[in-house]
Formats: sequence, structure tokens, C-alpha cells
Amino acid sequence: MVEYFTQHLLSFAIWLPILAGILVLFTANDSKPNATRWVALIGSLVSFAVTVPLYTHFNFADGGFQFQEGFQWILTFNINYHLGADGIAVPLILLTSFTTVIVVIAAWEVIEKRVAQYMASFLIMSGLMIGVFSALDAILYYVFWEAMLIPMFLVIGIWGGPNRVYATVKFFLYTLLGSLLMLVAFIYLYHQTGSFEIVDYYKFPMPLNVQTLIFLAFFAAFAVKIPMWPVHTWLPDAHVEAPTGGSVVLAAIALKLGGYSFLRFAMPIAPDAAHHLSGFMISLSLIAIVYIALVALVQKDMKKLIAYSSISHMGFVTLGFFIFNNLGLEGAMVQMVSHGFISAAMFLCVGVLYDRVHSRQIEAYGGVANTMPVFAAFAVLFAMANSGLPGTSGFVGEFMVILGAIQVNFWYAFLASFTLIFGAAYTLWMVKRVFYGEVANQHVATLKDLNKREFLILATLAILVLALGVYPQPLTDMTNATVTQLLSQLSQSKLPAGL
Amino acid sequence: MTMQQIYLAIPLLPLLAAIIIGLFGKMLPRAAAHLVTIAGVAVSCALSIYVLKDAMTSQPYNETVYSWLKSGNFSFEIGFLIDRLSAMMMVVVTFVSLMVHIYTIGYMAEDKGYARFFSYISLFTFSMLMLVMSNNFMQLFFGWEAVGLVSYLLIGFWYTRPTAIYANLKAFLVNRVGDFGFLLGIGLVLYHFGSLDYAAVFSVAPQMADTKINLIGNASWSLMTVTCILLFIGAMGKSAQVPLHVWLPDSMEGPTPISALIHAATMVTAGIFMVARMSPLFELSSTALSFVLIIGSITALFMGFLGIIQNDIKRVVAYSTLSQLGYMTVALGASAYSVAIFHLMTHAFFKALLFLGAGSVIMGMHHDQDIRNMGNLKKYMPITWLTSLVGSLALIGTPFLSGFYSKDSIIEAAKFSTITGSGFAYFAVLAGVFVTAFYSFRMYFLVFHGKEKWREHKADHHNHNLHKDAHTQDDSHDDAHNDDHAHHHGLSPTDNPHEPGWVVKLPLILLAIPSLVIGYFAIEPMLYGDFFKGVIYVNNEAHPAMHALTHHWHTIFHSAVGMAMHGLMTLPFLLAFSGVALAWFFYMKRPDIPAMIQKRFALINTILENKYGFDSLYYRMFAEGSRFIGNKLWLIGDVKIIDGALVNGTANLIGKLSGIVRKLQSGLIYHYAFAMIIGIFFMLSFYTLKF
Repeated sequence: MVEYFTQHLLSFAIWLPILAGILVLFTANDSKPNATRWVALIGSLVSFAVTVPLYTHFNFADGGFQFQEGFQWILTFNINYHLGADGIAVPLILLTSFTTVIVVIAAWEVIEKRVAQYMASFLIMSGLMIGVFSALDAILYYVFWEAMLIPMFLVIGIWGGPNRVYATVKFFLYTLLGSLLMLVAFIYLYHQTGSFEIVDYYKFPMPLNVQTLIFLAFFAAFAVKIPMWPVHTWLPDAHVEAPTGGSVVLAAIALKLGGYSFLRFAMPIAPDAAHHLSGFMISLSLIAIVYIALVALVQKDMKKLIAYSSISHMGFVTLGFFIFNNLGLEGAMVQMVSHGFISAAMFLCVGVLYDRVHSRQIEAYGGVANTMPVFAAFAVLFAMANSGLPGTSGFVGEFMVILGAIQVNFWYAFLASFTLIFGAAYTLWMVKRVFYGEVANQHVATLKDLNKREFLILATLAILVLALGVYPQPLTDMTNATVTQLLSQLSQSKLPAGL
Repeated sequence: MTMQQIYLAIPLLPLLAAIIIGLFGKMLPRAAAHLVTIAGVAVSCALSIYVLKDAMTSQPYNETVYSWLKSGNFSFEIGFLIDRLSAMMMVVVTFVSLMVHIYTIGYMAEDKGYARFFSYISLFTFSMLMLVMSNNFMQLFFGWEAVGLVSYLLIGFWYTRPTAIYANLKAFLVNRVGDFGFLLGIGLVLYHFGSLDYAAVFSVAPQMADTKINLIGNASWSLMTVTCILLFIGAMGKSAQVPLHVWLPDSMEGPTPISALIHAATMVTAGIFMVARMSPLFELSSTALSFVLIIGSITALFMGFLGIIQNDIKRVVAYSTLSQLGYMTVALGASAYSVAIFHLMTHAFFKALLFLGAGSVIMGMHHDQDIRNMGNLKKYMPITWLTSLVGSLALIGTPFLSGFYSKDSIIEAAKFSTITGSGFAYFAVLAGVFVTAFYSFRMYFLVFHGKEKWREHKADHHNHNLHKDAHTQDDSHDDAHNDDHAHHHGLSPTDNPHEPGWVVKLPLILLAIPSLVIGYFAIEPMLYGDFFKGVIYVNNEAHPAMHALTHHWHTIFHSAVGMAMHGLMTLPFLLAFSGVALAWFFYMKRPDIPAMIQKRFALINTILENKYGFDSLYYRMFAEGSRFIGNKLWLIGDVKIIDGALVNGTANLIGKLSGIVRKLQSGLIYHYAFAMIIGIFFMLSFYTLKF
């Protein structure tokens, strides 16, 4: 039994939350929501627990895929159920299963309508996203990638804000375009290699023009997800309409699906194109960092501000990818994990205020620190982390990427460093307007400080943000071998001989 | 205890105290806040003194504490470098911090944020210690930003005041501009030297002296010059050098104890410390040193002028701090690093003293900070009066007092320096002596001598003008007037000011002692002995100032007494004396003259009152400018072009094309299902065609 478990860790990580989600659906009864909540919590905790061995059993020296398992799925098309995770997948899998626990606790008393469906959506989504991070078969990956969107649509569509239809349509349009092109790329690759195994694609040589097309097809899918400028405008709208849990998962994990997929598909399958187009990718990343930070500065809605801040921070991820060095790539990985914690915490903070006052507008607040001092302390901590203060996780990734970028071109680092100023400006200016000053109005005057449940989740995230900032080495130890291997893979041209 | 454990304990004790009081302060009795934190800092101070004694005889300690991060070939570590420079800084930091901790018991006695305040200043002590004890650039940056954080929290300590929360945001952002350069400098160091460890970088540095890099096109730049200037931009932010000085005067919104600790004695000198630490790098670029020298001279002189027209007691001291930081920077630019550090130390004592004295006056005046409402306080506050006199005399460089030795050495160094800009620097620091003496004693006479002015007019003693610019520039200026310093009660005409208790007087006395004598005892070993041997590196051929200074000492002064005796006959002393005399004449004898001058030279007065226009320029250019651009990018770039033309345009197009399909469908999942159907359709048709 134990052996069976250890040999199918990834399957457990994927299917356990999905099963838990289905189980939760059976408890659906809004007049007795507590049973549902406990089932969901236990489900999410067990799902998290089964991902922990991925860390404890991880072989840090091995840069390749570990925990592999699989069987033949659809023989006609040579599609396999093939799972495996390496140093860039495992941290993201852990982040996913952890975030799900947070989301379940965060929803506890907040969601009163269709509790079971809400909890089930997140549990199922968690399993599907872990599937994306661990699939080694292109079709399996594609199924998870697309399927994961269904619960996300439901979450925004059912528990979302008044303008949710516009937001989802926009989201849909962006995704449609990207996903279709990705599928075309997979079919082309299958046509050429007769396989849907991702590893087979890594070995398959292609001329530059083909690589470029493949890369751009993947780019269409992943850039939307990250999101990169200029295909980012769906994210602020989706965040604004999504319930708190939806925003948390969207920011903490869904965006990372795009980042991860660049490393898993676009770059190693088309390495020459990736080098060839690196200037283009870096430009888009730098535009995201600077342009989006300025846009974030003038937002009036807190969720929109954090959404734009996310895009700006994800610019560091793509910048780190396309400077092709250890510092950049590992910095990008750290940035993804760190952004998972910080953006989740920031959206939860907005949720705390929204639950009490029912407004996300900055101008609806002022002097919150007077009535919610404990909450204000957390908010300032996360704001500082979002501004990249050393000692918090937000610093590590940006620091590494900037140091990596300067080795390629001074001006990349120069532009990226603007985040030091703009990141602090938009975050702390918001903090000033929301938390400091005299009590602004009656709503603020009657605010109650954090309850135990809110304290628990914010404190957990605060500890993680600080721990990763003070001692990030455990994380980079995990990614190091894989990143080094990936870089050597990327440095080998895949152009067919004679071209 | 091994030495390593002691080194660890020194920063960790204040951190531990900060955490205990920060997390549990509200549950513990009020006294616990100061008992726990003072215990932490006191032990840490005692251990620092022990470490300094030990460092006098033993080799520098340079070890890693733990490995922070490894990436590829690079590794980043947390580690300590304990040599005489860091040991001396540790003593200064922990001693001033201890004094400020004690003083705070009195100053913040009635504040509801008592525990929070103690937690912050202990956290500050930890951060500052990590900064000075660091053995690498990364940890330096850590401490650098961490002290910035605590500074932010403490300037905004009274977070309901609009001026305070404007000032703290401004301070953080201006510092971030400096850090922007600093981080790029660190990046260049890592790239070209392959390490961030001081020892490794400094040992490779001489071989890199002639390295060129291309930044713009093919124009080649000296690597050392670019790197050092970038690093120095960080110092300009933290040590408030023109043009990044604008945050320091506003930082006076914080409670006075932290103005003493953070914005006078320790944090703002981090930039000076950093450049002295990097002397092996700066010595390789005369261009960078010239840059340092000129920036320092401008700060020393022009910030001094602004001290003359301030009426807020704390702002006078703040501009004096700016000017003195300029002096230290001049010393750095003249390659007299040890002189800069020497002045840093003496300044830490007398400026902390002056600030705490000002705080005592503020308490005595019931939180009225306007010096025009004071006078004759020597009668009511004798200890404050005497210690402030000591501080002021030390500041203006009275022979035998600590400030004399350090400041005169800076003037001499500027004189002997040969690099570009040294002529101007010499003039600036000389003229600065007169200015310093004038504004210091203007304040001294107005506060401690003359008529008891709070008994006269009560009409305008709140002086709203003090924070005029902060108000008009702040977004929340509408409610700015609701709370113009709840603490500004002022003294009623019939009241007498009282000197606060011993928790306030004791730190004043303990700081007055080193302000008097530390220069006398320390000058010979620190500047002319081998105190900084192996720590500070000077290229005597290219930058002879320090060499000339040493020669001067051995041939003319011979001793500290000799230097002071000689000092009585030199130009700086004459300038200082005339400054004091003029202040006495203007403000004690003929108060009508300054008023007349103010009218006659209205233009100059306006320029000074607007602080040369930096604040309003920056506000318009950066704060409003970036918001303007942000709005344009958002409303035109995102909303109009991307969303309006591209996304919604496409949506409309697709809407038309798929009109039929869409009519069959409603709800959101269907949209999605549509995508999958198309996908499967493509896939199937592809294979039907193929096979």
C-alpha cells in the first residue's frame, strides 16, 4: 500500500482533490454548510499532505523528471497518461495544494451561497492544475490545461461581481485564440514525430522558421496566461469580478501555468527560436515592468491595482527566462513562488476589507489602521513584500533577475530596476490612503479587527513570505539542477544539420 | 562564549527584544516594553565595547553565518566582517541607541503606541548592526533597506497625521531612487568581480582599474567610475546628499528620539560608512571621487544656508545634519576616509545630543516647536541648556571639543586634496563653518537666552507655515487642517517650562561627555595611528590629502593639544567665532536687523524658504508626472487601444462571424465548450485528411 502510494505520488496529488471535490458536491446543503466546509477542509488538507512527499522524497541532484508514472491511454493516437515532475514543477505543485487549503479556509463564513459547489470548484481546480504541472504527455497536458478553466469560469460566473459576464467573455476570447494555436502546434509536432511525449519533442530538430512558428503558437497560449503585455487586459477585469478565492487562485497559481509552460514547452522545444526571439520577449517583459507599474499607480480599485502589480511582477518572470542564465531562470522561479504567496495575501487583505465594507475602492477607506491595527500590520508587511523589501520573498526573485539581467545588458537591468521605485510607489501609496490618516468615515469607524480565521491565514502567509526572504536556499536547491540542465539544453542548437 | 557567538548575539538580542515586544507588547505590562528592549540593547552595547577592545588587538574576523542562496556559480551569504571600522560603528550604534531607548521612556511616556515604538527602535538597532557588520554587498543592501523600512515606520509613527504619512512615503521613495543606483552598482560588482564578498571584490579590484565597459553605443566608460558612482547614488539617498536630500527635513515628522537615532546619528551616516568601506574601489576612480567631493560640498554649504531661516527647532537641527553629512562626504571625496568616519563618530554624539536636547525643550514647551516662542529656557532647564551648549559648541568646531578635531581635519583634507572640485570644496567647507556657527547659535540664543517669548503673543504660535508645502502637496490636504499636530498644545503664558525627569537628563549627560572629549582622545589613533590600517585603503600618490594631513600632524601639531592651540589662530576658528558673534548681535542685541534683511533681500529669502524649489519641482515632475503618464498609458494604451480597438474589435468580429452559433448558446461554459469543439474538429479533420 505504502509502496503503491509512493509510486503514484503525482496521481494522488491530482486525483485526491478532484475526488474530494466530488465528495463535497454530495454534501451540498446550504442550510447546513458546516459539514460541507469541514469535508472541504479535510479534503484540501489531505490533498496538501500527499504533495509533501514530493519535497521530502525529492532528489536534489537530479535535474530530470522524478516520480514518473504512466500507462497507455489512447492507443490509436499514441496518447499516454504520463506524469513526472522536476525541480521547476514540484515547487509549483506544492504551491497549488497549499493555496487550496488557504482558499478553503478563507471562504469559511464568507461564502454562504452554494457552498458545496464553491468548495468543489476549488478542489477540482487544484487537482487539474497539479495535472498541468505534472503532465508529460502533450494531450494529457492540454486536457488539464483546458479543463482547469471550467471551474474558474464557474467561480467567476456564479460568485462573481456585477460585471462578470464581460470579464468572462474577455477571458474566453483571449484564451480561445491562444489555446487553439497551441493545439495546432501539438498536432504538428505529433505529425512530425508520431508521439505526444514532451520529451520526444525536446530531441526533435527543426529549422528556425518552423521553430519560430511553434514558439509563437505556444507564445500565444502562454503569454495570455502569464499575462504579458499587451495581452494582459483580461486579468484586471477577471480579478475585479472574481470572488476573493478566485482572485487568489488566479494570481497565485493560474498565472504560473503560463510561466511554467514556457519552461516546459516553448523554450526547450524551440530553443533556437527562443534565442532568436529573446529580444522581443525581453522587450515585452520590460514594458510590463515599467508601463504596467505606472498604470498600477493610478488605479482607484484595490483589486485592479494588485492585478496590475501582478502583471508587472510577472514581467520579472519572463525577463528572467529570456536572459538565459542561472540567476535569471532561478530568480524567475523564486519570483513565481513568492508572487504566489504575496499576491494571495494581498487579495486576501482586500477580501478582508471587502467582506466588511463591500467596497474595493481606495477612496472608500482611510485610517483603517486606527480600527484594525493587527490587520494593518499584516497589510504593511505584505505591501513591503510586494515592494520587494529585502527579508521578504518579494526581494529575492527581483534581486536575482536584476543581477542576472545586468550580465546580459546593463540597460535591461536599468529598466527592470525601476520596479524598486514604482513598485514601492503604487503599493505604499495605496497603503497610505487606505490604512493611514484619520478614520475616514462611518464604515471605517465601525470596522472590527481580524477574526481568528483571518489571522490564521494571514499569519501563515506572513511566515512563508518572511521565511522565503530570509532563507531562500531550500527553494533554489530544488530548482538548481533542473535549471542548469535546462540551460544546457537551451544552449544546444536544434537546427537540423546543414541549415 | 566564543567570539562568533558574541558577534551573533549583538544584532540578535535587539531583534529578539523587538519581536517579543512587537508581538506581545499589548499583552505585557507597559514597563515590559522598555525593560525588555533596553536589556537587549544594553547587553548588545556592552558586548560591542568588548568586541571593539578585542578588535584593537586581534585580526579581523571574516566568516559566513549561513548560505542565503546559491544560483549557478554565484553564492550569496550572510556573514560578518568584524574589523575596527565595524567594531567602532557597532559601539556608536548601540551606545546612541541605548541612550535613545532610555530617553524614550520619558519622551513617549504618554503615547499609546509606547510598545510599538520600542519594538521599532530595537528593530532598527538590529538592522543597522546587520548593515555595519556585513561582510558582503548583499547583506549590506539588506540592512540598507531594512533601516529604510524602520525609518518609514517611525516617520509615520503618528499615522493619523497627514504630514507624517506624507513624509514617510516621500522618505521611502526618495531612498528607493538612491537604492536604484545602489542595486545597479551591486549588479555590476557581481558581474565583473564574480562575487559580492568584500574581501574577494577588494582583492581583485586593482586588476580591474583599467577595465572599460560600453554602456551607450561604443563609448567606453571606466568600470570603476560607473560602479562607484552608482554605489554612491545609494549613499546619496541614505545620507541625504543633494539632490536626494529632500526627504530628511520632512522626516522630522517622526518622534524626536528617532530623529536623534535614525536621522542624525546612525542611519543617515550609512552612506558615509559604505563609501569608507568601499575605499579600495573608490580609490581606483578619481572621477568618482570628484563627483563625491562636489556633491558633498554643495550639500555642506547650501543645506547650511537653509538652517538659517528655519523656525522649527527640529528643522534647524535637521538642516544642520544635512550640512554635516555634506562635510563627511567632502572628506570621502578627498580620500580622507578615516576623517569622514571620525566626523561620523563625533557627529553621532553631538548631533544625537542636540536632537535629544531639542526634544527636551519641546517637552518643556509642551510640544511647541517654534523657536520664536521660546527664550530664557536656561533658567528653567539647566541640564538641557548646558548639554545643548556643549552640543552646539562641538558642532561649530570649538577647539578642544570633539567637533573641532573632526571638522578641522575635513577642512584641511579639502585644502590638501588635488582632484577636480577640491578648490570649490575647500571654499564650501570654510564658508560652511561660518554658516554653521550662525544658525546654531541663532537657535541657541533664541531658545535659551533673551526674553521669555511664550509669555507675549499667543496668536500664531502653532505656525501652520512650517508644513505648508507638505500640506499643499498632499492628496489628503483637505483633512490636513483637522489635525495640525494634536501634540502642539504649547505653553500657556503663565506657565513655566519644566525640565523632564532623569530618563531624559541622563542620556543628555552621557552624550555630552563624548561630545566634549572623544575628539581629543580619538584623533591621534584614528587618523594618524594604525587604527584603520588594513581597513581603509588610500592611494597616496593619486590622492595625497591624507598623506599631507599626516605630515602636517607630525611636523606642526604633534598632539591633540597642539592642534587645538594651533586651531585658535586659524581661519575656521575666526569664522566660527564671527558666526556666533553675529548671531548674538542679530538675535540678542538688534532683532530688527534680521527682519530688515529679510525684507530687503526678499528674493533670497523666498528662495531659501522654498528650499531652492526642489520639493515643488520633484512633486510636479515625479509625483504628478508619473501619475499623468500612468493615466495616459492606462486610458489610452490599455482601455482605448488594446481593449477598445483590439479586444473588443475582435470580439465584435467574432461576434458577427459566430452569430449563428452564439444564438444557439447561452451561459459561460458554452463559450468554453465551443473552444473545445473547434479544437476537436481541427484535430479530427487533420487526421481524416492525413490517413
